[in-house]
Amino acid sequence: MPHSAKPRVGLFVTCLVDLFRPSIGFAAVNLLEDAGCEVVVPAQTCCGQPAFNSGDRADAQALALQAMDAFSMCDYIVAPSGSCGGMMAKHYPDLFADDPNLAHRAQVFAGKCHELVSFLTDVLGVTSVTAHFPREVTYHDSCAGLRELGIASQPRKLLAGIEGLKLTAMKECDVCCGFGGTFAVKYGEISDAIVRKKIDNIVETGAPVLLAGDLGCLMNMAGKLTREGRVVEVRHVAEVLAGFTQEPPIGAAKETGQ
Amino acid sequence: MTIHTTSPAFKQNAHNALADKQLQQALGNVRAGFIDKRTQAAERLPEFEALRDSAHDIKTHVLAHLDLYLEHYETKVREAGGHVHFARTAEEACATIVEICKAQGARTVTKGKSMVSEEIGLNAAIEAAGMEAIETDLGEYIIQLRGEAPSHIIAPAVHLTKEQVEQDFRRIHTHLSPDRDLTQAESLLTEARMVLRKRFLEADVGVTGANFLVAETGTSIIVTNEGNGDLTQTLPRVHIVVASIEKIVPTLEDAAQILRVLGRSATGQDMSVYTTLSTGPRRPEDVDGPQAYHVVLVDNGRSAMLGTEFEEMLRCIRCGACMNHCPVYHAVGGHAYGWVYPGPMGAVLSPSLLGVDKAGHLPNASTFCGRCESVCPVRIPLPKLMRHWREREYERHLAPAVYRYGLSFWAFFARRPWLYKFATGLAMPALGFLGRKTGRFARLPLASGWTDHRDMPAPQGKTFQAQWRERGGKTR
Repeated sequence: MPHSAKPRVGLFVTCLVDLFRPSIGFAAVNLLEDAGCEVVVPAQTCCGQPAFNSGDRADAQALALQAMDAFSMCDYIVAPSGSCGGMMAKHYPDLFADDPNLAHRAQVFAGKCHELVSFLTDVLGVTSVTAHFPREVTYHDSCAGLRELGIASQPRKLLAGIEGLKLTAMKECDVCCGFGGTFAVKYGEISDAIVRKKIDNIVETGAPVLLAGDLGCLMNMAGKLTREGRVVEVRHVAEVLAGFTQEPPIGAAKETGQ
Repeated sequence: MTIHTTSPAFKQNAHNALADKQLQQALGNVRAGFIDKRTQAAERLPEFEALRDSAHDIKTHVLAHLDLYLEHYETKVREAGGHVHFARTAEEACATIVEICKAQGARTVTKGKSMVSEEIGLNAAIEAAGMEAIETDLGEYIIQLRGEAPSHIIAPAVHLTKEQVEQDFRRIHTHLSPDRDLTQAESLLTEARMVLRKRFLEADVGVTGANFLVAETGTSIIVTNEGNGDLTQTLPRVHIVVASIEKIVPTLEDAAQILRVLGRSATGQDMSVYTTLSTGPRRPEDVDGPQAYHVVLVDNGRSAMLGTEFEEMLRCIRCGACMNHCPVYHAVGGHAYGWVYPGPMGAVLSPSLLGVDKAGHLPNASTFCGRCESVCPVRIPLPKLMRHWREREYERHLAPAVYRYGLSFWAFFARRPWLYKFATGLAMPALGFLGRKTGRFARLPLASGWTDHRDMPAPQGKTFQAQWRERGGKTR
């Protein structure tokens, strides 16, 4: 394929989106293409974060290297997740800091890695999208995106431009939902106590739709909301930005949409 | 010394804490009391972020030259007429302090708030030597009455409600009128002051910690809000400062610089109410002060952290901001951590001092949300250091087998893209089919850690990559 003038963006789809909610991946592709990118999807698995955060450095390095090889032909690597995006943009250099053979390569690669929404606004200069979503929504700031990558205003700015959408702020929107990857399973009871407080804050907003930028957090919050019988639609922010809202929300049945 | 820790039982501790209604009520105060005040204090000061950088740089510099500054500090204390004792271990530190007290024929020892004295188990050592140790900080006094350890490094009794304190005071202060009103925080404070006043006057030795030890002048500095530290160190014949070696700063100017972030990070105060400097014993022209001044410098594992990835932890100035902002601390409180230092700073420091085999849960019980690092006044990368502990644990095969095998299983697939493609290509459509009716699973084999507490949303069906290949890389 000849290299076009368009930036070639490799979509790092992330394990959770690949396995659980491909519609987020397709939303990401559309958003990137609409913003003038050529999107490629090299065969891929995991960024290595679960291994990295569990202290398994060898597997984390192997998976990081695998991703760096798979996406070597891309101008940018973009993930619909602040968590996986943060892993690649912020932690890959750490993983290879002691390896003179790979340290520089990891740094250069990390510099090309971005989270989807901030890539649209901060790198491509996107200021609005064409979607239509006449609903009241509230937004949860996922931790890695917020604190590792500084993502807070970008999704809010794009959401504010959506026709009909009303954004209602959530109390403690910047506090962890209790997911934390393997934490949610290893310390299930504590994770449960944290997500309970989170859903109280979600419900308190009165907004019928919850958005966030990381599927892990979304599955945690959606899973707790349905378990508690709270009726809130949970969606990834990219789905709303791309107008992909015909899919049932996360954790809802296909037939009824509920 | 045998350290009393329940850190290995962290999960059980957390379970109990979550079921304790009174504790949960008290923990609401942590969420409500500290966070907004710190935010506002930081916002009031335009140079706050620059001061954090400066505090980081000062402490980093000291740690790189710790031997030099310790020696200089020692010289300055001696020049001022004080004594300096180096203690390699908690036992040595306690033995030194007990020895000084005994030489004075001391019967009672008053204490200002000091976390390192909790770390070395000083009260127990003083009592074992037949003397009485009296905590004079209100929070410490309360937990001493209850025979408890502190649950927070700056608010030791934050796990208690006002009503619980009232009950304790009525139980212990039986010489006071049973009709007195103790419903207000003020009246509790007044009563504690009145009871403690007598104890201040009869004390033979006063022990304080130190927020800073100034190498330039040989000065120790404490910050308090109650003034109890001043009475502890000026009234008795002997003042003993017990401090860990990383409390050193080069100059008074450096201490002043770090003070500007300490109070703001801790309680949201611009400054604590009292900032007290002491240099040596009473001089002939002084109106008050102790006749003798001792400093016990405690290593207790810290010098072994120097030069390792954990050296950064020694920048900690014990403000408590990390635990004030920690969702895990908010959920379970400080006692669940099972030893002296709770929250994120404890999750890094405790394994250094207790061993990761005992304290391994602590660096694991974090979501890595990063809020601790975002408020740390000396910019300690707490999640990164917790991750280093997880690496040490993983290397030594200390992590529970079920998680290690689970992780290896995942990594095995993730490192073989063809196998990942094959396995997920089969599994996800099947799971999606099974979950199509409700869109979620209330139970899933091997996933009870998740489904015990929340539903597992069902996958949509075919994986993204499978669909992408089918569409030949086109979405529309």
